[in-house]
Amino acid sequence: MTTHDTTIDPSIDPAGYHRGLIPEVVHHEPATKPVKFYQVGSFAVGNRLLPLEVRSVQSDPNRTNALTSGHRACQGCGEALGARYALDAAMHAADGKIVAVNATGCLEVFSTPYPETSWRVAWLHSLFGNAPAVASGVAAAYKAMGREDIRVVAQGGDGGTVDIGFGCLSGMFERNDDVLYICYDNEAYMNTGIQRSGATPPAARTATTQAVGDEPGNVFGQGKDLPRIAMAHEIPYVATASVADLRDLEAKVHRAMSMRGARYIHVMVPCPLGWGTAASDTLQIARLATQSGIFPVFEAEYGEVVASSPIRRQVPVEDYLKGQKRFAHLFKPKRRDDVIARMQAQADRNIRRYNLLPQGGSPDAPEATEGSL
Amino acid sequence: MRTQIEGSLAVAQAVAACRPQVICAYPISPQTHIVEGLSAIVKRGELPGCEYVNVESEFAAMSVAIGSSAAGARTYTATASQGLLFMVEAVYNASGLGLPIVMTVANRAIGAPINIWNDHTDAMSQRDSGWIQLYAETNQEAADLHVQAFRIAEELSLPVMVCMDGFILTHAVEEVDVPEADDVARFLPPFAPRQVLDPADPVSIGAMVGPEAFTEVRYLAHDRQMQALELIPQVAADFAEVFGRDSGGLVHPYLTEDAETIVIALGSVLGTIKDVVDERREKGEKIGVLGITSFRPFPLRAIEAAIGDAKRFVCLEKAFSVGIGGIVASHVRMAMSTHPIKNYTVVAGLGGRVILKTSLHEMLDKAVTDSLEALTFLDLDTDLVERELARTRADRRSGPAAENMLRDLGTVRAASV
Ligand SMILES: Cc1ncc(C[n+]2csc(CCOP(=O)(O)OP(=O)(O)O)c2C)c(N)n1
Ligand code: SF4
Ligand SMILES: [Mg+2]
Repeated sequence: MTTHDTTIDPSIDPAGYHRGLIPEVVHHEPATKPVKFYQVGSFAVGNRLLPLEVRSVQSDPNRTNALTSGHRACQGCGEALGARYALDAAMHAADGKIVAVNATGCLEVFSTPYPETSWRVAWLHSLFGNAPAVASGVAAAYKAMGREDIRVVAQGGDGGTVDIGFGCLSGMFERNDDVLYICYDNEAYMNTGIQRSGATPPAARTATTQAVGDEPGNVFGQGKDLPRIAMAHEIPYVATASVADLRDLEAKVHRAMSMRGARYIHVMVPCPLGWGTAASDTLQIARLATQSGIFPVFEAEYGEVVASSPIRRQVPVEDYLKGQKRFAHLFKPKRRDDVIARMQAQADRNIRRYNLLPQGGSPDAPEATEGSL
Repeated sequence: MRTQIEGSLAVAQAVAACRPQVICAYPISPQTHIVEGLSAIVKRGELPGCEYVNVESEFAAMSVAIGSSAAGARTYTATASQGLLFMVEAVYNASGLGLPIVMTVANRAIGAPINIWNDHTDAMSQRDSGWIQLYAETNQEAADLHVQAFRIAEELSLPVMVCMDGFILTHAVEEVDVPEADDVARFLPPFAPRQVLDPADPVSIGAMVGPEAFTEVRYLAHDRQMQALELIPQVAADFAEVFGRDSGGLVHPYLTEDAETIVIALGSVLGTIKDVVDERREKGEKIGVLGITSFRPFPLRAIEAAIGDAKRFVCLEKAFSVGIGGIVASHVRMAMSTHPIKNYTVVAGLGGRVILKTSLHEMLDKAVTDSLEALTFLDLDTDLVERELARTRADRRSGPAAENMLRDLGTVRAASV
């Protein structure tokens, strides 16, 4: 289920940045329409319960398999999962006419060692820090050649996006180039062995913020919130998504693909290796991130939040933290209630900022479960 | 059409005549007038179907160029100096991927100390990047080389850097016969990429390659440059047929046949050197000039042939490899490895230092009598250097050297007024 803030004036673009690019009607419908599933206690999407036309892209036997089997990601890799859903959804939306540009990182490395490239989409990798600009170039070429039916998707990890590729990303946003950029956020530089990035959360242990000393792990008061920075560029579409809700991810890619100009989707993708979680827990961990409020799921158009996914059953941040070895030092040898409280405060701020508990409080009582598509 | 025109604008018009589909622009002196010129051409609607992208950095400029070239669009950008260094990672990537991008480098010094004036340190730093490097002697040649560059790049699937001296050429107004689109169309076929991003026939470009094939990929990069050694003269000959003038090619020998001394250089300084050589010829000295147009690939055989039976060569270089000396000279020595001759490196024109005919004469007086140092810095102010060296000996914390020397110069100048 998704709530919408209907108070926003549809004619948003005071600075006139996106001349001619504002759709006639700014859509305030949610990317995902609520669908009730009567499977209390289960999160299964239940495709078979849905009419054909609203089933997920992945349930289509003719899905493109843009990222097909045979790649070398770790078991349970959230990034591989997210990329597969995102790219297939983009292929679906663009009738297969997609060019993907990839930054260096796990996704690029695990998918391409020849001769087993896993990509069944026209795909280009150039460098770590330039994927947004390369994608701008591809889009410019198609515009010049009158082939704007071919759509461009760029993708990278959090390091490639919030750190080293940030300048190029901001440039692509600012020019409103016709590119959908997808960041797969696993909260560290995984491909080089789990080092801290500008998206690493406080207290997290990485190879460069080790769990030693009086204040183990990453420090507080640093890091950047890229979705909000993206929104500050007043681009047509910014959304966050999570592999915890793949239907929502698909729907957001579809929404993004229905628009032109610079669009950004920031997807939380747990990394079993870097986070110290079991391969089988990827979705569970991702879900705890959204249900605690530590990772808010929302959509924004032209710089303003237009929708957010409410927390279905709120959990304390501690539940999210304690399943991950990168936060183990918060519980052993000494429990760090002070640090856990600071993390909870971040989640609470997200809940307030994005109205993640519209009914207020924690709807702990079991209710008919709801999925979305 | 023959017209009095600034070098940058002539290049802009020549590039436009090649019908580029994507142009990436970022300002840096002395290149900026070129992309400004192109901006006006595109804005006026004279290049329909061309996307002009104002990027946020040179790294982005080359990256946008990589994307657009891989998508099959004819792509152009220009830079200089710090800008070239800022894009280096993408410069190597473009050649590694084999993308036929054409880029002007308006040669300028590299800081620190920051200096906007001409020398060749920027382009020379990229001599191992895998790009073809062509150096223009005049604005006419600069304009012509761009037309040839697209043809060479697209035929070989390799990027080409056209180097022209910053300010000396870019900002000089002189007569240029600017290549026109109709003639260019007869000379330059439409871009037919060897590899292209195509959703109808999807390929992966830029995949990881391990030790099993990396050497072979790199070898092929070298092999394509060796093919360029054949192609560059052919393209120059075809160009002469369509446009009726000689431009480009591998080397420009001037009065070398009977020469005992050959002065070798790249770029616009060749004009001054030729004047000096003419004056010395009048006095009966057997001296000639060899201009190197193609520095990458380096035409070893053509240079060996042009040097022939000369007794010595002097490389006048606008850059040097700190810690060893001449870059061009070491290349030419390689060309002469089977029959080495005496040779001298003269580093000149750094950071815009004017190269005076009198200085060249003085230097050549020594060279022809083999009394020149193996490595000479033309018109080096040794007093200034000595004063700074003395300071560093006297005081542990002698301060920033460049600023110290500027202060010295100020004092000297003030005292002499
Ligand atoms: C210019 C440059 N610097 C550093 C690297 C090394 N490097 C390659 S991938 C990578 C980490 C990628 O992290 P992220 O973007 O978060 O993607 P992930 O692997 O976590 O999916 C780094 C540091 C590089 N390839 N290029
Ligand atoms: S290290 Fe993490 S991001 Fe990389 S392949 Fe493994 S699970 Fe995926
Ligand atoms: Mg990462």
